[in-house]
Amino acid sequence: MKAIDHVKGSREFLASVSHQEFLDQRLWSLRQLRDAQMKAHPEWQQLRTLASEIKEHTLSHLDHYLEMFERNALANGVKVHWAKDAQAHNRIVHEILADHQVKTLVKSKSMLTEECEMRPYLNERGIEVIETDLGERIQQLDNEMPSHIVVPAVHKLSADVAKVFARTLGTDPDNADPHYLAEQQRQKTRPKILQAEAGMTGCNFAVAETGTVTVCTNEGNADLSANIPALHIVSIGIEKIIPSMTDLAVFIRLLSRSALGSPITQYTSHFRAPRRGGEMHYVLVDNGRSARLAMEDFWYSLKCIRCSACMNTCPVYRRSGGISYGAVYSGPIGAIINPTMDLKKYSTLPFASTLNGSCTQVCPVRINIHEQIYKWRAIVASNNELPFAKKSAMKAAGKILASPVLYRALVDTANAVMPKLPRILVYNSFNAWGEAREIPASPRQSFHHWYQERQRRLAGKTSPADGAADTSTPAAKDKPDE
Amino acid sequence: MSDREDILRAVRNNPLTPCARPMVPSFTENYPATPAAFSASLALMGGIWDDHWLARELDIVALTAYIRGLFPAAGVFCSAVNGIAGDKPLDQDTPPGALNEVDVAIVQARFAVAETGSIWLSEEECRVNALGYLAQHLVVLLPIEAILPNLHVAYGRSEFLTARYSVLMSGPSATADIEGVLIRGAQGVRSLRVIGLPAPIGA
Amino acid sequence: MKIALFIPCFIDAYFPEVGIATLELLERLGCDVDYPLTQTCCGQPMANSGCQSDAAGCEALFVRNFSDYDHIVAPSASCVHHVREHMDAIDQNYNVRHVRESTYELVDFLHDILQVRDFPWAEFPYKVGLHNSCTALRALGHAAVSEIDTPPFSKPMTLLRGVKDIEFVHPQRPDECCGFGGTFSVTEAPVSAKMGYDKVNDHLSAGADFIVSADMSCLMHQKGCAQRMGANIQFLHIAQVLNGYSPASHKAGSL
Repeated sequence: MKAIDHVKGSREFLASVSHQEFLDQRLWSLRQLRDAQMKAHPEWQQLRTLASEIKEHTLSHLDHYLEMFERNALANGVKVHWAKDAQAHNRIVHEILADHQVKTLVKSKSMLTEECEMRPYLNERGIEVIETDLGERIQQLDNEMPSHIVVPAVHKLSADVAKVFARTLGTDPDNADPHYLAEQQRQKTRPKILQAEAGMTGCNFAVAETGTVTVCTNEGNADLSANIPALHIVSIGIEKIIPSMTDLAVFIRLLSRSALGSPITQYTSHFRAPRRGGEMHYVLVDNGRSARLAMEDFWYSLKCIRCSACMNTCPVYRRSGGISYGAVYSGPIGAIINPTMDLKKYSTLPFASTLNGSCTQVCPVRINIHEQIYKWRAIVASNNELPFAKKSAMKAAGKILASPVLYRALVDTANAVMPKLPRILVYNSFNAWGEAREIPASPRQSFHHWYQERQRRLAGKTSPADGAADTSTPAAKDKPDE
Repeated sequence: MSDREDILRAVRNNPLTPCARPMVPSFTENYPATPAAFSASLALMGGIWDDHWLARELDIVALTAYIRGLFPAAGVFCSAVNGIAGDKPLDQDTPPGALNEVDVAIVQARFAVAETGSIWLSEEECRVNALGYLAQHLVVLLPIEAILPNLHVAYGRSEFLTARYSVLMSGPSATADIEGVLIRGAQGVRSLRVIGLPAPIGA
Repeated sequence: MKIALFIPCFIDAYFPEVGIATLELLERLGCDVDYPLTQTCCGQPMANSGCQSDAAGCEALFVRNFSDYDHIVAPSASCVHHVREHMDAIDQNYNVRHVRESTYELVDFLHDILQVRDFPWAEFPYKVGLHNSCTALRALGHAAVSEIDTPPFSKPMTLLRGVKDIEFVHPQRPDECCGFGGTFSVTEAPVSAKMGYDKVNDHLSAGADFIVSADMSCLMHQKGCAQRMGANIQFLHIAQVLNGYSPASHKAGSL
């Protein structure tokens, strides 16, 4: 399996100015809305610390809280299943659906089910799956993975959505009005919700003390999916557990403010026990999470509450688009989660970063994202997953920079030779820097040589000027700029 | 070995130093539990605040007529509130799908949260959970004494320990998934109106 | 005060005037400045690529060059940050730890150690877009960041206000990364360039005549973009402005 070519994906995305500019403006505005919420609540930093500490406490006692959650869920009449990986998850979900002769499953957004690639698994076994989240539905109909964990189709313009809907739902191809398109999806999805034999949701937070699953949406589609069919299945990553309802308040206060700059999602739903005549199943999923818990440098990533603030602030994400990361989880959080699932495939993602650290500053649970990105680079390198060119370049650089003589020779040669080269030899497809930028002009002499000359001059003076700085001419460039 | 045993064993096998559980304060100092604070938050979330009945003698028949009058074009009203009559019978055994024809649903909230403009409903307040989602519009009666300051206080309520299903609803159904354009009435209710009441109604 | 000057490799090679301005400025302020002649680099390029073992030789050389000094000053936030926080490819003996703790970025040294606020020899009657590198901002704490709601402060701006007639403009996204990111600038060239163009355009729209920064690496990248864009804007390191740079005494154009 080849490594994800993020650069290629970024080029494709940058090729459309309108798409890139929209994505950048949209996500930057979400970042600013988040900033406004932060400023409106003086306890914001304290909430972040509380959220981080609650998660760290829970994760460092995870077996205890998982067992508590299961015990309470069972006592509430919910059936609980455990899936060690994606295959197990899909198999369990299918078994439950097959037992109930389910032909149509409606579901709300769940990145975990995307991670497990559940839809194709169920489709192959004759079960139709309808995504009810508008962004997820667009992506499902376009046969493309979500590009963003909160707004899955944010990389598309309304004209793109019109094309997808026209092709798959039979809507008017010339009507790209978002109100029309959303209304069409509402009208066409409603009958499916009413006819479905089962509904599935993800889980934002699983409360151990009560066995409650909390799901946050703006459309109310989780409530539609769970409250109409008699059968409700919930996919829960084991890291979603928190101890109590008191703890839940901290996360609900942080989640939507961090994601969208709104105080809360339109619907914050709590499922604790099956309704009259209903049946509920929880599927607790590991799929690499326990392995990550054992990683001293990287277990902090399990604190993630999937808010996407890191994606919205990331300047690299806003220029390359979520699809370029080739994974369900993109942007900064993707760079530190995905390598645990497949180091080779995602070896390029920790390098799709300038290490600017903005993500770490906005993360509501204080994950040190950019520091983990830095650490992943060392893992990629030591596992020999760096591209050959880079590995060789770093080896060569390491040798040269460890030797004053070699270093000096390289600098002097480069600066002697470069100004004499014709432009075509300097700017060509081998010069990645030069594709869109001018390279720095070579000075007449390096600082080193200037300093040596100055020292010789100073040594030659009989009476050095008192306290005056040396005013010899700084080294001028060979060619004037501009 | 079952998946359950495998997972629990893998989870126990981590080198983490146990971290202490923090005490969570209630932060109520900055959050007034007033109708003004609630309505401001509700407006931000796209909900409609209606204080018509706060200045009047509460008359359930008049209130019912008032609600009907808000939706002159609506056909089917469905009420989960004792004393307010709808056009459709509604009890715990009404099949959810039957509520798809409802234009206006009427419920009474148990409590509300000023910080976020949310109202709280459970299966008791809805009778059928799907009522507040399949209807085109939702009218929520809110006794203003039931307004809480913020989510910390709300999540301390004992109702969360007994309700099978509950929801903090904050404004109508919404999405901005298509080119960032805000749409109300994405898949659930197109409007949410909260009518403040001086006291709860119904037994 | 006796200090050792660390001139990062790319400044030595491409921007000697920044090194010269740094040296002259420190001497004007009464420092006795040494420049160890066998210095090369701090090891950051290799370490940031995950190649810790390739950085070891360079890091060891750095420590050998600077272990006799109590103050090592460099006009580069990212290099200093690397030395202080990530120079761990080599055994952490006494000398290594001493050098790591004794290395200062220029703005921090001027603002916090020398505590200088006035630069009476300097006059700069131009509109300046101040660029703080992400390392300077979020790792060294040069100024308040927009992600956190703290009272505003800016060490580089405080220093620059000691320069006569200087005027600051306000770009829309003052602390968004400019896209240099070290080897990122070549391994992810398309995104890097786009970020650079956006940064230059932001300063242009704000009306900047000059973009000034304590980080030459960012400026090198932004300048490369500006030149390809044909943009009418110039670039100076903060050391040059504080040292009394004047366009009249320099050749036509910028550095």
